[in-house]
Amino acid sequence: MPPPPILELVSLRKSYGALDVLRGIDLRVFPGELVCVVGPSGSGKSSMLRCCNRLEQSTGGQVMIDGVDITRPDVDINAVRQQIGMVFQQFNLYPHLTVLGNVTLALRKVQGKGSVEADTLGLAALERVGLADKARAYPAQLSGGQQQRVAIARAVVLQPKLMLFDEPTSALDPETVGEVLKVMKQLRDAGMTMLVVTHEMGFARAAADRVIFMDAGAIVEQGPPAEVFGAPKHERTRAFLARFTGEG
Amino acid sequence: MSGLQRFLDTFFNAEVAARAWPDILRGLGITVGVGVAVTIAGLGLGLALAILRATQRGWLSGLIVVFVDVMRALPPLVVIIIFFFAFPLIGISMSAFTSTWLALSLVLAAYVEECLWGGILSLPRGQSEAARSTGLSWWQCMTAVILPQAFRVALPSLTNRVIAVGKNVALGSVVALSDVLNNAQSATSNAGNPTPLTMAAAAYLVIFIPVMMGARRLENRMQWRA
Repeated sequence: MPPPPILELVSLRKSYGALDVLRGIDLRVFPGELVCVVGPSGSGKSSMLRCCNRLEQSTGGQVMIDGVDITRPDVDINAVRQQIGMVFQQFNLYPHLTVLGNVTLALRKVQGKGSVEADTLGLAALERVGLADKARAYPAQLSGGQQQRVAIARAVVLQPKLMLFDEPTSALDPETVGEVLKVMKQLRDAGMTMLVVTHEMGFARAAADRVIFMDAGAIVEQGPPAEVFGAPKHERTRAFLARFTGEG
Repeated sequence: MSGLQRFLDTFFNAEVAARAWPDILRGLGITVGVGVAVTIAGLGLGLALAILRATQRGWLSGLIVVFVDVMRALPPLVVIIIFFFAFPLIGISMSAFTSTWLALSLVLAAYVEECLWGGILSLPRGQSEAARSTGLSWWQCMTAVILPQAFRVALPSLTNRVIAVGKNVALGSVVALSDVLNNAQSATSNAGNPTPLTMAAAAYLVIFIPVMMGARRLENRMQWRA
């Protein structure tokens, strides 16, 4: 019997007025799994991801984290969010804080840790992404790739059970994409459970345990990368992937 | 008497200055006192209004916008006069000091709210999303992430407003507030010589130049590398 899923979406729906963005998503992510979500823009990938920590309110269905439905109004969402790290396309580092300040803010404010303990944990997290030497720098002094690695450290430092990545390399210069993907692979090798919305087909093919192809607010196809990329069953998947041939 | 001598005798008359000196000093105390009190109350109330508006409750935002627009549209002089002369008619009497302080504080609060609100709006939504995604509450996100950045954006216009409203303390003279300019004008009439006005001008320089220098230092210090 497989272990219970860390994340389970049960007929998840999201609509803006008459516009259905998610039309009933069912998805399970198991401990230690890396699941990549691919699909055309507007297919609902990011909306689905943002429903997983309630940055976006779903309009139907359930989001189960470790067996608890976090869409219920009585859930302490701030406690839940500490267990779910999120990395954004635009990094979203706090420009008024140093790199270390960015990484330790939640440790200090939410978990009430003293500055010595927070700094120790923060430096360890920065070490993991190879940026301990930039602890005193400000975000604007870093390259895009470095900023995104700091953003990963900011999420990792809270020791989440699950990490959500929302197109983490889409805003990067091509030459810095590699360093971010490398850190993500290291995280995966360390056993982190990850749900990654990405356009990096090469990464999805090489690193993912499972690939989800979404279109028009629904999961069209899913399976091991070799299957989805090598022998897609659906016409829409084939058409989408055809645009990426030659890449990755 | 040469032209220069006449000029010095008119505007820099030592005898007149010696007589006016105590009044000018007392007025200076009043002006600084009201100015500091207005700055504290105006910044505090303006900050509170901006935070309340950020809670995005429709009716509350509506009320705040009405307050801000009315306070920015009315001449501060009229607000002072209303507090001093009209409010006693409905049973609320206040001193010249209080009515000037209250009126200017409300006016400053309106501008401060607008400056800070503009600063809050200028921040990308990703800032609060990132903070909330790590478990920060709305309030923690506001105080640790949003307001420090909004304050930096708003700082230049905030200092301009503090200085502009601070100079408006002189409007208190309509309700007989003995501020430095009012006292200087009285002394000028009594002496038949405008030297006290020169002294008042000097007093304004002494008050406001340090404020401007302090503001500039603060702006420089708050500039993170961009």
